[in-house]
Amino acid sequence: MTETHLHAIKTSTGRTLRTEEMVVNMGPQHPSTHGVLRLEVVLDGEIVVDVIPHLGYLHRCFEKHCEHMTSYQQVIPYVDRMDYVAAMTNEHAFVVAAEKLLKIEVPERVHYIRIIMAELQRIASHLIAIGTFGIDMGAFTPFLYYFRDREKILELFEMTCGARLLYNYIWIGGLSHDIPPQFVERTKEFCTDFKKTLKEVNDLLNYNEIFIKRTANVGILPKDLAINYACSGPMLRGSGVDFDLRRDDPYTLYNKFEWDVIVGKGEMGTVGDVWDRNIVRQREMWESLRIIEQAIATLPEGDVQKAVPKRIRPVPGDAYGRVEGPRGELGFYIVAEDSVTPYRIKARAPAFVNLSVINEISKGAMLADLVAIMGSIDIVLGEVDR
Amino acid sequence: MENILAFLNEPAVTMVLLALIPLVFILVYALVTIYFEMKVAAHIQNRLAYMETGWHGVIQPIADMLKLLQKEDIIPTDADKFLFILAPYLVFIGTYASFAVMPFSSGFIGSNIDLGIFYLVAASSLVVVGLLMAGWASNNKWSMFGALRSAAQIVSYEIPGVLAILGVVMVFGTMNMQTMTQMQDGGIQNWLIIGGNFPLGQKLALFPFMFILFIIYLLSSMAEVNRTPFDLPEAESELVQGYNTEYSGMKFAIFYLAEYANLFLVSAIVVVMFFGGWTSPFGSFMSGTVWSAFWFVLKGMSFVFLNIWLRWTLPRLRVDQLMYVSWKVLTPFALFCIIAIGFIMVI
Repeated sequence: MTETHLHAIKTSTGRTLRTEEMVVNMGPQHPSTHGVLRLEVVLDGEIVVDVIPHLGYLHRCFEKHCEHMTSYQQVIPYVDRMDYVAAMTNEHAFVVAAEKLLKIEVPERVHYIRIIMAELQRIASHLIAIGTFGIDMGAFTPFLYYFRDREKILELFEMTCGARLLYNYIWIGGLSHDIPPQFVERTKEFCTDFKKTLKEVNDLLNYNEIFIKRTANVGILPKDLAINYACSGPMLRGSGVDFDLRRDDPYTLYNKFEWDVIVGKGEMGTVGDVWDRNIVRQREMWESLRIIEQAIATLPEGDVQKAVPKRIRPVPGDAYGRVEGPRGELGFYIVAEDSVTPYRIKARAPAFVNLSVINEISKGAMLADLVAIMGSIDIVLGEVDR
Repeated sequence: MENILAFLNEPAVTMVLLALIPLVFILVYALVTIYFEMKVAAHIQNRLAYMETGWHGVIQPIADMLKLLQKEDIIPTDADKFLFILAPYLVFIGTYASFAVMPFSSGFIGSNIDLGIFYLVAASSLVVVGLLMAGWASNNKWSMFGALRSAAQIVSYEIPGVLAILGVVMVFGTMNMQTMTQMQDGGIQNWLIIGGNFPLGQKLALFPFMFILFIIYLLSSMAEVNRTPFDLPEAESELVQGYNTEYSGMKFAIFYLAEYANLFLVSAIVVVMFFGGWTSPFGSFMSGTVWSAFWFVLKGMSFVFLNIWLRWTLPRLRVDQLMYVSWKVLTPFALFCIIAIGFIMVI
């Protein structure tokens, strides 16, 4: 329970007026908590005094479930369901960890396809992040423009593996299917078409005067605070820290491609404000497109299932694999015993870690700013609660 | 038959029947506008909207209305029952009463009083009381938030809005809305937005100030009807639904109806003040009682369209920015315009 405080105000006529802080519950059923997050907010009028996030409404014991499979491969559908708007990234992260544990070398073609899928997934996830952020700001239209293009990405995924949201596509040692023949052409088409939408939404939302007024200098997350709270992804880069696992801890073949790490510069206000975090996401999509275009152009031939092990029984030990997900550093720590199932799996969920900073950056903001800050953190409750 | 005619000729009956005309208009207009808004929003957003019920879904608003009629009418246990029930009707009464002085056509105005626009401003202020009542009676923190926001917002924006109206009244020298309209008769060149029916020098001097007043009134009217970018009282992503969070069924429908009626009301005020009311833009061509009603509704609907267009394009302002716009931008500009218009009218 949070404490509220009483204040007394003297009026000009000498009377004493009493004001009181108010506790309101934002969520778990609230339009802008992006799922079932419950925020206990202490408000002094419109000013936020304190925020306490309450988690666990979507807790599904995934980490525990993973210990009771009949094989390591069976964990993959579970990790899909953690961050359900970026399932490919989750699979990728788990597979990177598992392959480290099992010491499997995968063919180059698999790496390329994984990179293409991960970057498409990053775009799809950022589209939701920016779109719903727009809704939080009261702009409904950009959301639908972005969803139209997200649909094209989902079609590409559907074409490849039959599923639109939860794929079970990236397997340990390979992929469940090779890409279909028309995939390359369709991806190229998407890359060309999508650039138009990106420019359009820049005009409509990101450089809109009202939008800038609402987001600049709001929810400032300073560099040192971001590092102290172990924020990652666009949260960290928005605060001006030049750190991206794809470049600084290259886990597949990212170092083969030419692309830039986007860092927030505080163009419209202060470094690390809500606008910076949002624009980092927007610009990252351009970089993802660059990576996809290069990967598609130089896609090598090969058998994607060549390295898929028939039976997985690792040598006892542990491994930590991490990837740069759309929300930040997504890591899986696997402890293996002499068995076909993992002894323990721990997920380092970026949304969970990023959410922890909300109390620090939203004190003193207004209620509307709190919604903006929530939107800019880009949480997915499936991943926060697991 | 004669009995019926005699009955209809009773002054009291005639008055009631005349008073029903705006009500019928509001009901039909609301159905059309709900459909219109959904379709416009959909086409702005690259969608189709209703397509199933009837041709391109034209009877969907009726289906929606029937659905709302059937809904359970929930009153929260701890709500102030009397105020809770009264609030939506009060909001609607405020809006409906304002339609009394609306010059729908050269041949029809509910009440041709000399205080026309003054009465209109006063009557439409009743809406605030209803909204506050709804927020308080719901016994819900979000509703209360929405109600307080809307009260603060509507009261603040009434000031630049009324100042803009004052400027216009100074030019016309009357508050009678029918007279205002008649003074702009004779074609598009006589509309006040282009300087009104005055000698050329005065017209040129008036034009910039009229344009500024038009913008000021347009913005404050948007704030008064709680539309984006000023839709804070019912900011969905912040306040769930604002003051009508706890309302359901027919009471919610009445709020909805009042909101749409209000939208037309403020658009109609803009039309009467700056765009010649029911007068035809082509002088005597296409003018007459029926044509003038057509022009009035058409012009009103174009401003309703403008509102819808903006709503589905722009993000929302924040509370402090909203107040800033009202008190530090619109009000000083409106005051300045009034002084300037005073000089122009004296000279």
